Amino acid sequence: MTAFQTAVKENKKKSPVVQENINKEESIFSAKGLNLWYGNDQALKDINLDIRKNGVTAIIGPSGCGKSTFLKTLNRMVELVPIVKTSGAIDYHGVNIFDPSVNLVELRSSVGMVFQKPNPFPKSIFDNVAFGPRVHGVKKKAELKEIVEKSLRGSGLWDEVKDRLGESAMGLSGGQQQRLCIARCLAVEPEVILMDEPTSALDPKSTLKVEELIQELKKDYSIVIVTHNMQQAARISDKTAFFLNGEVVEYDNTDTIFSNPQDKRTEDYITGRFG
Amino acid sequence: MSKQMSQRLWFGICGFFASMTIVALLFLLFSIVKEGASVISWSFITEPPRRNMTEGGIWPALVGTFYVASLTVLISVPIGIGAAIYLNEYAKQGPVVRVIRMSIRNLAGVPSIVYGLFGLAIFASTLRLGVGLITAAITLAIMVLPWIITASEEALKAVPNSFREGGLALGATKWQTIRNNVLPSAIPGMATGSILGLARAAGETAPIILTGAAYFSRNLPSSLNDSFMALPYHLYILATQHAQAAAVRPIAYGTALVLIMMVILLNLSAILLRNHYRRKNEMF
Amino acid sequence: MSSHAEKQSEDIKQMKVVNKEKLTQKSFKANTLDFLIEKMFFVFGSIAVFVLLLLLYFLVREGSSALQEVGILTYLTETRWYPSSPQGAGYGALQFIVGSIMVTIGALVIAIPWGIFTAIFIAEIAPKRVREILKPVVEVLAIFPSVVLGFIALVILSPIVANVFDLSNGRTALTASLILSVMALPTIVSIAEDSLRSVPKDYREAAYALGASRWETIKIVTFPAAKSGILAGVMLGFGRAVGETMTVLMAAGNAISMPMTEFMGITVPNFLASVRTLTANIAIEGSDVSWGSLHYSSLFVLALILFVITFVVNLIADLLISRQRRKLTNE
Ligand SMILES: Nc1ncnc2c1ncn2[C@@H]1O[C@H](COP(=O)(O)OP(=O)(O)OP(=O)(O)O)[C@@H](O)[C@H]1O
Ligand SMILES: [Mg+2]
Repeated sequence: MTAFQTAVKENKKKSPVVQENINKEESIFSAKGLNLWYGNDQALKDINLDIRKNGVTAIIGPSGCGKSTFLKTLNRMVELVPIVKTSGAIDYHGVNIFDPSVNLVELRSSVGMVFQKPNPFPKSIFDNVAFGPRVHGVKKKAELKEIVEKSLRGSGLWDEVKDRLGESAMGLSGGQQQRLCIARCLAVEPEVILMDEPTSALDPKSTLKVEELIQELKKDYSIVIVTHNMQQAARISDKTAFFLNGEVVEYDNTDTIFSNPQDKRTEDYITGRFG
Repeated sequence: MSKQMSQRLWFGICGFFASMTIVALLFLLFSIVKEGASVISWSFITEPPRRNMTEGGIWPALVGTFYVASLTVLISVPIGIGAAIYLNEYAKQGPVVRVIRMSIRNLAGVPSIVYGLFGLAIFASTLRLGVGLITAAITLAIMVLPWIITASEEALKAVPNSFREGGLALGATKWQTIRNNVLPSAIPGMATGSILGLARAAGETAPIILTGAAYFSRNLPSSLNDSFMALPYHLYILATQHAQAAAVRPIAYGTALVLIMMVILLNLSAILLRNHYRRKNEMF
Repeated sequence: MSSHAEKQSEDIKQMKVVNKEKLTQKSFKANTLDFLIEKMFFVFGSIAVFVLLLLLYFLVREGSSALQEVGILTYLTETRWYPSSPQGAGYGALQFIVGSIMVTIGALVIAIPWGIFTAIFIAEIAPKRVREILKPVVEVLAIFPSVVLGFIALVILSPIVANVFDLSNGRTALTASLILSVMALPTIVSIAEDSLRSVPKDYREAAYALGASRWETIKIVTFPAAKSGILAGVMLGFGRAVGETMTVLMAAGNAISMPMTEFMGITVPNFLASVRTLTANIAIEGSDVSWGSLHYSSLFVLALILFVITFVVNLIADLLISRQRRKLTNE
């Protein structure tokens, strides 16, 4: 039995509600016995979770249950908090991302991230999108231009900003800023995009735009999205994981989770009885 | 005495002392401006002293102060910013950082004359630089270093963390993130700190007495080893060391006024710079 | 949008390869270069430690011949200072130490009530508009070049002192104390104000809820809670004053004798006497002493004494500030 199968078996043992079919799909990340502590406070407890390749995986759960922490663990951004300690493994392309040999620059280039609050840099729109390619060594103006256009088209922002690429990104609306951040992420050509409540700071119209964009992007990227908004998870995701107190309570096809949850706690949460 | 009465009494006492602060400042400014204003003229600024300093202006002292303060900033600012970058961006909490911070606080408390003696011993004597511009500037640079570090760290702390996270999440290395995302936003704050350092260096007297200031020199310094006239030292000389104390008094007042205006203007420009960028940042 | 996105996705899929090799491949930029840059900044960061050690080393090295030949006790306990006299040289520096301490204490006697009441006024009492005048006033006082303050003491204060006390020379310990209090004031005000401000709002609100007046709240709640921080401000003010050179040099008269007088049969410090401080003595003699002489070395002993005083004072201030912080975060 391979280590992977063992892990799967363990996984099933510990979370009996995880459905068979999930493990049959090709997964991009697989967390195995992942624990994480902030100092002495454990924020993630023995997480075993396979995130499928392509499509959208939503992570839901009450505030403070460890959603953001888990997401930031996938590209090791969580380590910016100096007191963080982890144990266990996350497999990505056959490598444990915690392995000392892992090149963080490569990991973060292929696992992009969009933050809760849009965080454009105080530079021009063009320079924001060109930031990633530049730091990765693209110097030619023509090439940069091409990437910037492609990425802005990819995030559906091109038509709105094509005439003012030189202006400060800070002048864009909140929704535009968030799509700019997505474009900035696309410009690095990632394989996975992590999104932490990307629409929570946006108005309904901008939210709709970003949701449409996610539907578009999922054809080509694996997307993991944290959301507080149950309807959003139901609308846009293929798989949903329900976190509670740092543990995965239930992980299944989104339809199943929302129509026929196996765990009482999941049901309570999605029907709004707590959290 | 009723509650009300005693509160009024104590508030009155506090208010009295607070207003004494204003009175003290006005008194200081007024006494200098009253006597100094009539002395200042274009020729006072641009001419060298004449007739054993009883006539003429302060040009060489002004230039000397400009030289030594600029050199000081040139030396201390890169080092101070580097140290601040280490402390704010790289260092992890622990004994090393504690020792560094303790040293910085300690250096900030060392009396300026002790720096002067130190500069004399190490740069002038041991390293054979002699007394002159460069010795004085290095000594002053060491003296202002703690302030520059502290100001630069404040500037770095004010940069939102999201700029760092955004850069790192795009796969930029730590240094690329600092250089492209952190420093550009911190530079106005650092510039403010540097100008304040410049003002302190320009107004400081004790260390340069020992390390290079000249009583009188006919020529402007032409090399880094030349001794130099400086405004604060010039004022000290005119006030206490000159044989014809009464005859040079007006010039001393004029020198004091120029010195004060220079320091206040430098500080004012630093504050305006800070506010300008703060406003700009709020827009973001 | 969608057609563009599709087109773009084809491009990307062609270019993008993520695999084990790439993920674990070392790169110069991300590994070596960043490591070197971090080390470089570490060097910058440790310069402060290096400078402090160097400073101490040179003070001790240059002062060592005096310490060996004369002995520290002579400096600390004797009062005869003739360091360059060929026969019968004296190295007693007690009068300088007494001078330094006297002008500093004199300055603090004025600056402590002045500074603390002003800080209370700024932090607790003054309406916003008044506060916005007072704060810059204190800041401008803080940037006044000390030589200008010394000049004012010399030309304005000392004649007044001479007049009032009927002295022939108005440059006295008192004159120096008066002007030094202005120098110590901004330090005391700003640190005390900071610590008053750092007292959480709920402390105050709890007192108001019990029916305390604003002044009672300040007296019983806010001030005691901020006490360590205020004391730290006083210590830093002490350090500032004891290390100050130019104002004292110009205001205190610089006589080498012990500034004592008989008062009802007891020897007491005489604030109307001319005094010379440690700092002033270094400034006066440091520029024309011959390098390497015992006299030169003696000046480093004085600097060492100064260094120790300010070191201890700053250390106490440090401890007080961290105690204040702990107190307010624990409760
Ligand atoms: N930087 C940190 N230092 C210490 N503890 C932290 C830190 N960040 C998060 N935590 C703790 O870890 C736990 C999980 O936090 P996390 O931010 O992952 O929750 P979340 O599910 O994203 O919540 P929300 O829905 O509010 O965003 C919480 O108990 C939180 O207090
Ligand atoms: Mg979160």
